[in-house]
Amino acid sequence: MSSERTIERDPDESAQPVTSGAESVVRALENASVDTVFGVQGGAIMPVYDALYDSPISHVTMAHEQGAAHAADAYGHVTGTPGICMATSGPGATNLVTGLADADMDSDPVVALTGQVPTEFVGSDAFQETDTTGVTRPITKENYFATDADSVGDTVGEAFAMAERGRQGPTLVDLPKDVTNADTDREPGSARLPDTYRPATEADPADVDAAAKAFADAERPVILAGGGVIKAEASDRVRDLAIENDVPVVTTMPGIGAFPEDHDLSLSWAGMHGTGYANLALTMSDCIFAVGTRFDDRLTGGVETFAPDAEIIHVDIDPAEISKNIQADHGLVGDASAVVRQFADALPRAPDTEEWVATCWTWKNDYPLEYSIDEDGPVKPQFVVEAVDAATDDDTLVTTGVGQHQMWAAQYWTFTEPRTWVSSHGLGTMGYGVPAAIGARYAAGDDQSVVCFDGDGSFLMTCQELTVAARENLDLTVFVLNNEFIGMVRQWQDGFFDGRRMASEYDWIPQFDVLAEAFGATGFRIDDYDEVEDTVEAALAADGPSVVDVHIDPEEDVYPMVPSGGDNGLFALAGDQL
Amino acid sequence: MSDGLQGPAPEERPRPEGRRNSQGIRIDPEVEAEPEPRRTTITALVENEPGVLSEVSDLFSRRQYNIESLTVGTTQNPEWSRVTVVVEEPDPNIEQIEKQLDKVVPVIHTRELGSDAVSRELVLVKMDADEPERVHAITEMYDGTTLDAGPRSVTVELTGSEREIDDALDALRQFDIREIARTGKTALARGETKTSIAPDRLK
Ligand SMILES: Cc1ncc(C[n+]2csc(CCOP(=O)(O)OP(=O)(O)O)c2C)c(N)n1
Repeated sequence: MSSERTIERDPDESAQPVTSGAESVVRALENASVDTVFGVQGGAIMPVYDALYDSPISHVTMAHEQGAAHAADAYGHVTGTPGICMATSGPGATNLVTGLADADMDSDPVVALTGQVPTEFVGSDAFQETDTTGVTRPITKENYFATDADSVGDTVGEAFAMAERGRQGPTLVDLPKDVTNADTDREPGSARLPDTYRPATEADPADVDAAAKAFADAERPVILAGGGVIKAEASDRVRDLAIENDVPVVTTMPGIGAFPEDHDLSLSWAGMHGTGYANLALTMSDCIFAVGTRFDDRLTGGVETFAPDAEIIHVDIDPAEISKNIQADHGLVGDASAVVRQFADALPRAPDTEEWVATCWTWKNDYPLEYSIDEDGPVKPQFVVEAVDAATDDDTLVTTGVGQHQMWAAQYWTFTEPRTWVSSHGLGTMGYGVPAAIGARYAAGDDQSVVCFDGDGSFLMTCQELTVAARENLDLTVFVLNNEFIGMVRQWQDGFFDGRRMASEYDWIPQFDVLAEAFGATGFRIDDYDEVEDTVEAALAADGPSVVDVHIDPEEDVYPMVPSGGDNGLFALAGDQL
Repeated sequence: MSDGLQGPAPEERPRPEGRRNSQGIRIDPEVEAEPEPRRTTITALVENEPGVLSEVSDLFSRRQYNIESLTVGTTQNPEWSRVTVVVEEPDPNIEQIEKQLDKVVPVIHTRELGSDAVSRELVLVKMDADEPERVHAITEMYDGTTLDAGPRSVTVELTGSEREIDDALDALRQFDIREIARTGKTALARGETKTSIAPDRLK
């Protein structure tokens, strides 16, 4: 899906030489082929905005800086090249924080440009001053404080390269207003990595050989594909490895789409709400080839019971991920695509998996994802997810908020292509869905649909971004799976707090279809099963943004479930097994 | 609440035999293998850039690694500094600390120093000057120097291994100690072993 990005400049309007720090910043973005930036204006960033005035880069004004950061994150995830967000100093910069933390946890490439008070006021608690590099240091891959106009363009270039190369992630450049206003004729050079940063490409061949031998000898091997597989464009290689060796594939939640879920060898995704068969396969495996995953606790459950018999082969571009959460027997540091190829070449023979694959299949039959329908009862959310999946193409981009709806989307949508699942994993940010749909829309090809599954609670956190979708006439469809609860919390309260539903019920919520209309989107509403098909069709066909307020069964829960820190193999299929 | 899904209940499912410990290490299910902490010294060569030290110290607090001491100062190359950290952690954490330190972009090289490394720490001790002769004698015994001797207080300097400093302080506690300032340990690898290796492109 990675779109080739080139910016079109009118031939008569060839680039003028830069004259200021701000122009150098914009030139660095142009040099990196940035075509779109998301942001909000403000005092300290105004010089940079002014420089954008004459640039072919288009700017999308968001309603809130959090929206800008999520849009940039989704854009970065879908295209594979950094999404750019801009904000002014102080509150503008602090509003980016959630989005940057989200991108950091999910290793999404993002460059944030923040205005800062003039250098002479830095440290004086000046109007709208925040120590932005201090605040964002723990949630960015790297951040920079620009010191002078001559070097600021190169700094932005380095920030871009750092966001994109090695383990991807968000970077930030803080831009004091005097620096961007200052005169300079220095054109930025091409984007370079700092000399002290050299991510590995290939893994040590001796380590690869040892790992390959262990894998070939395994009786119950599993390939575990994480988000890093998608980031490294290694999905094809993983697919070939699995199919040529007849090895089942489990993905992590961020790895959804790394392997086609409609393939026989796919066990879908594992973890807290992953499929029973994925969790059983990992638990019973004797050798896991894990690529591009950080073994998050939502995936592993309690570490003591995670795949206790399995030798772990762990491939990651970030050496610090090896043995951080789960001890690796074989740590292979390098680019996932290169290392999977090395590994495939090094395999002495295919493991003997006939019996094991058959066992996984019995689990697939034993624990299918399913839900019950009462035609006269309230609509089940899973049914809506399946209906939208059926009505759209395979390359549809799906964004979500965080909560039960996110899990149903992940469970009941059949993902077959990388970069089509756009969700907030590591940080679990409610409100991610709508701004992410906007970012995804800018990243999507013309024929690609964008849908968002949101919860009523998540939607309320960022629905103001609909104003952007309406203004820019963006074709996207939001399905609010409305249970009038912050449902995931309600499910935990029912399961672990004796049903004491403290602060998880909404006594009153807006009519989302009407609200959408007020923002300039088209509103729809679903109350019954017989409305689902037609309304889904109509909403997808509507021009510009549309919002479907889907009134679902408020008491529906997400299963299977591994309680937090629990044993993946003991996933509960219903509340009485928790 | 929903009825949930169908399928064999948890107790009817296959179970693996092994177990891991809280560090995710595969162990014999019969043994309780929790790694013991040990005290060690980690050295990092870093570029002299604003914010590096705070990046390094943030890293320790954020990841809940306990710093016993941290020293920093410039090196033979004015563009580089050396950071020396003493920590007490189990082995898997020590390995993680090195990797996380290496991940900090201006960090050039990190390693754990062996027990044969040459290491020194400096301490200043200010005491009541009631018994100047005896203070002097103990200071001499530990090869220390008296830096300031007034009618009511005396301040001495002692340099040595962490152990020697601890011993000296124990001995000095018989006087009324008013204030102590310890630098924390700094260290280099012994003999021909290089403490840090910088890639050629940085030299
Ligand atoms: C910003 C933020 N605040 C709080 C939470 C904690 N949280 C997790 S899920 C959830 C409920 C989500 O409710 P809703 O968006 O309505 O989705 P549902 O679970 O009902 O599908 C909450 C409050 C969070 N993940 N993010």
